[in-house]
Amino acid sequence: MKISKEIKLELYKKMVLIRTFETAASKIFAAGEMPGFIHLVLGEEAMCAGTVVPLRKDDCIFTTHRGHGHCVVKGADLKRMMAELFGRIDGCCRGRAGSMHFADIESGCMGSNGVVGQGIPIAIGVAYAQKYRKTDAVTVVFFGDGACGTGSFHEGINMAAVMKLPTIFVCHNNLYAQMTSIKWHSPIENISDRALGYGIPGESIDGNDVFKVYETFCKALKQAREGKGPTLIEGKTYRWHGHFEGDPCKYRPEGELEEWMKREPLKLCEAHLKKENLITDDEIKKITEEAEARVEEAANFARKSPIPEVEEIFKDIYA
Amino acid sequence: MSEKKLINFLWSVNEGIKEEMRRDPNVCLFGEDVATVGGPFGLTRGILDEFGPERVQDTPISEGAIVGMAIGAASVGLRPICEIMFMNFITLCTDQLYNQAAKMRWMFGGQIKLPMVVRTLTAGGYGAGPHHSSTLEAWYAHTPGLKVVMPATSHDAKGLIKAAIRDDNPVLYIEPLTSYRIKGEIPTDEYIVPIGKADVKKEGTDVTILSIGRMLERAQKAVDKLAQEGINAELIDLLTVNPLDMETIYQSVKKTNRLIIIHEATKICGVGAEIAADIAENLLDYLDAPIKRVCPPFTHVAFQPALEEAYMPQVDEVVKSAKEMMG
Repeated sequence: MKISKEIKLELYKKMVLIRTFETAASKIFAAGEMPGFIHLVLGEEAMCAGTVVPLRKDDCIFTTHRGHGHCVVKGADLKRMMAELFGRIDGCCRGRAGSMHFADIESGCMGSNGVVGQGIPIAIGVAYAQKYRKTDAVTVVFFGDGACGTGSFHEGINMAAVMKLPTIFVCHNNLYAQMTSIKWHSPIENISDRALGYGIPGESIDGNDVFKVYETFCKALKQAREGKGPTLIEGKTYRWHGHFEGDPCKYRPEGELEEWMKREPLKLCEAHLKKENLITDDEIKKITEEAEARVEEAANFARKSPIPEVEEIFKDIYA
Repeated sequence: MSEKKLINFLWSVNEGIKEEMRRDPNVCLFGEDVATVGGPFGLTRGILDEFGPERVQDTPISEGAIVGMAIGAASVGLRPICEIMFMNFITLCTDQLYNQAAKMRWMFGGQIKLPMVVRTLTAGGYGAGPHHSSTLEAWYAHTPGLKVVMPATSHDAKGLIKAAIRDDNPVLYIEPLTSYRIKGEIPTDEYIVPIGKADVKKEGTDVTILSIGRMLERAQKAVDKLAQEGINAELIDLLTVNPLDMETIYQSVKKTNRLIIIHEATKICGVGAEIAADIAENLLDYLDAPIKRVCPPFTHVAFQPALEEAYMPQVDEVVKSAKEMMG
């Protein structure tokens, strides 16, 4: 598959934006400005950009507790997203959801989820509605390798496969189910092997190679748009900061992070673009500075937004 | 004045679903065995034929995915009705009901609404045993964001299923299997029974008997027996356990000054416990006798019919309690 220069640059820009957003979130959290738990997708940016860049506005995504990256790319407003992470009234969810339960329906970010694997059945429901209405829109659901041990993973993929729903199941295999190595929680090396049991295509790829992710995803997207049913994609990748922000990562073998950092997704992409003369150092600097300015603006917006009034907890319990 | 017709509970729900599906193309139906065979007990017969496979679908045995799929579909504007065959199987979709459906609108700051119905069945009284006979409404009465209704008659079954389908919130609709074949009168014209409103089935002055779900039949028998003994009981069918219609109960207790609650779920932490506590908090001065709960003991429902019946609230216990209260 030939990927155009425009798409390649777009993938790069989106990865920079995710990296910048997450780096800022990490610092802000460490400074004590962000309440609760946050889980960062640093190191897994290629999986977010390569899958969400090809989507249309009317396509929907469901993400996980580690969900900022997908939402940033899908088009969630950065200011309102950051305000949500800060727990402020101008957040997309009026400060009730925070990082882990974030949603921005307008942009098709249909929900992060605090319970591992549980977004999968809900995602197939949106796909059910897309099919019901005879549109060619699709729903993408992200999850980690840990979710593959849940009943929802099995029930959701099986149901979507039986009904040929326009769903794409994307697994960020970052080698850990919370803090337990995949060696201990999965009997197989490739999560995508499970696709065979559902009679759907499955592919395991290098999740740090954004172009490979993009290319693989586009195949699945075409199949889903044409009404031919779901695909399971597994990208092998690595989370730099462990499970949650502040995780001391004592379960990691020595040198594992360093090994993965050698093949970190943003630098891999950058090297490719430079090799093909698609980008200059000046352009890289400009892209980075632009992302930093946007994220800084978002953080300042969040800081200025008020903490919600107590009355907020009594609103929206029922429609 | 509207004409009336006799219809059993099962066909009454069926009619309600079909009417709403004719009215709104966003209403769809899925669950285990609901399409081709028309439901494990025949309740959804004819719906596939009338509305076709796009709107009526059988699913794998995947309770979590069934409810999850309903949530997703509802979040983008469909009005799905899904079925969890027996209420005991609700344990398999508890995350979807409790963490997802109930919280989603609130959690997302009101960005979405979830117009969906989860129909389920309690098989108490059928010798169906510990895995099919539980009555678990208390779990979801305790859950903000859900609505929970428990009709016991044909009239209320149809009126409430229509209200549930039109409601913009997730509604858990609990049907008693023992009522399925019981006929009752319903209007031939369209009607709705509102969610969140208890129904005074018979007015009285001496004691309030508050019934939940299929215990209505037993409560009715107790009311008749008490009448023979000169005690004029008021009979209320709660109909909705979430949100509770305390106002109707208050009005009745203010009048009768005595309250007996009968339900099929275990007494400890059952819905009756909440109602009794609420009355104690707010209406204690009106009570002429302690509140009485005629509810099952803290054990499970046996398959053995004699043991199952031993678990169930007894008509005579209601009668005895009422007489004691009257002094």
